[in-house]
Amino acid sequence: MLVKRTPDLTYKDVTPKGLYMGRRNFLLGLLATSAAVAAYKRLPRVFAGPATGSVPQKINGVVKWPGSTTEAVTGEKDVTHYNNYYEFGTDKGDPARNAGNFVTTPWIVSVEGEVQKPRKFTMDEIMKLAPLEERIYRHRCVEGWSIVVPWIGYSLNTIVNLVQPKASARFVTFQSYYDPKQMPLGGSAGIELPYVEGLRLDEALNPLALLCVGMYGETLPNQDGAPVRMVIPWKYGFKSIKSIVKIKLVKDQPPTTWNIQNAHEYGFYSNVNPNVDHPRWSQKTERRLGGGFFAPRIPTQMFNGYEDQVASLYNGMDLKKYY
Amino acid sequence: MVPKFLNSIITSKWTKVPVFALCLVPLGILLWRGFHNDLGLNPVEFVEHATGDWILRFLVITLAITPLRKILHLPQLIRFRRMMGLFAFFYACLHFSTWLGVDRSFNWHDVLDDVAKRPFITVGFTGFVLMIPLAITSTAGWIRRLGGKRWQLLHRAIYLSGTAGVIHYYWLVKSDVRKPLEYAFVVGVLLAWRLWSWFTDRRKPSTVRVRQEEPTTAETM
Repeated sequence: MLVKRTPDLTYKDVTPKGLYMGRRNFLLGLLATSAAVAAYKRLPRVFAGPATGSVPQKINGVVKWPGSTTEAVTGEKDVTHYNNYYEFGTDKGDPARNAGNFVTTPWIVSVEGEVQKPRKFTMDEIMKLAPLEERIYRHRCVEGWSIVVPWIGYSLNTIVNLVQPKASARFVTFQSYYDPKQMPLGGSAGIELPYVEGLRLDEALNPLALLCVGMYGETLPNQDGAPVRMVIPWKYGFKSIKSIVKIKLVKDQPPTTWNIQNAHEYGFYSNVNPNVDHPRWSQKTERRLGGGFFAPRIPTQMFNGYEDQVASLYNGMDLKKYY
Repeated sequence: MVPKFLNSIITSKWTKVPVFALCLVPLGILLWRGFHNDLGLNPVEFVEHATGDWILRFLVITLAITPLRKILHLPQLIRFRRMMGLFAFFYACLHFSTWLGVDRSFNWHDVLDDVAKRPFITVGFTGFVLMIPLAITSTAGWIRRLGGKRWQLLHRAIYLSGTAGVIHYYWLVKSDVRKPLEYAFVVGVLLAWRLWSWFTDRRKPSTVRVRQEEPTTAETM
């Protein structure tokens, strides 16, 4: 039997040398392209213009809160140009660069859940629910830096008591505003959005827990959580949720953003505690910002120095377990 | 294939001076900003991040020299490899001493605690320590003393340093891992190229196995 074989490859099928060599250049091209893409991705941040949205307004009739710390207040421009607000980018300078056009009017905060009188508050109403106080708090970030800030607001318990919690309410959960159109960088922040936070009800009712509408004598700048945020001075900064649209009283411990992202590193309580290390950095000391390059770190205080006011909330609790 | 003038620039004995000066620009910018109080609210973090970035960039440049020599047929690029590696080490020294002396104020108890207990510091410290013998043995005398083969084997430790640097960065960031992944991608490509060329070299007939970079002086290493 004759088998007719046709050679399936002839000389003309040989890959031209130029093409073959091209494979090496392809690798180079890949490198160059990825570098170009990386550079391009940074462009919008670089060229985002200055603020054109709402700018902070002076707040009149603010009373001085007697419990303020007497430590040196960190400079306003420093504080408002170095912070975390991942919806506007993950670099410390990003929020100030990118939040300028954030629209915060009109603004409604819904207070709901396990309450007798659920209610939606306009921003105007929130500004008038109680006398506004200026409270100078220490603010400690989980990353190991701290600042001293004159916030303006009143105790969260004012608004919680107004809606009359039911006996079944044991926790309070907060939700931030999130609009991917206004916050395009939120999609690559690496955390689930909208941002959510929570407190136990007794923590939320502690007078130190501040519903905050301003800082440095003015309404909040966009990058610091305009128009209304929480400030919880005895907890790490990420507990102090920004740009709140919903406050809900609930029966069970609610999920919180950083705990969802990495439960091993960020607990529900996240009280400032120099004796409980974060897995990636010691919490024994902190860098008080504004002191310049050679200022040494200072010891971190239990509950960020608010032990007298809040320690009783945690009587009998193992704070290593409930970090 | 490669323009002649490019080759003559690379081989000119005058090129090393401007390249050296260029490598000092990042330090110059840091000093300039430092003296003008322009390092932001957290200057220690700023300096740590800037020097850290430049370590990784110089490690990438160092690791890119061998592939570029082969792909672009520019063997003389080897003249710059030692300088690039030493600049990676130079910025690593700045990075490490800023952390040790300024960030931690030579608080040895805290420092040892950090190195032992924080994985991101452990891996970064390891990457730095591995660079020390490479910097010491970067001279022609040491190549002679060790012999080319052993010297080359030792200096492969830069693969570990580069990998450690990327992991250090990846473990440092809280959630936005894009920048560390960019470095991981580039370092990964550069290391994968070596694996690939080692593999294809082995499969070639032995007659064409010419090793252009057979070590004779520090320059050719």
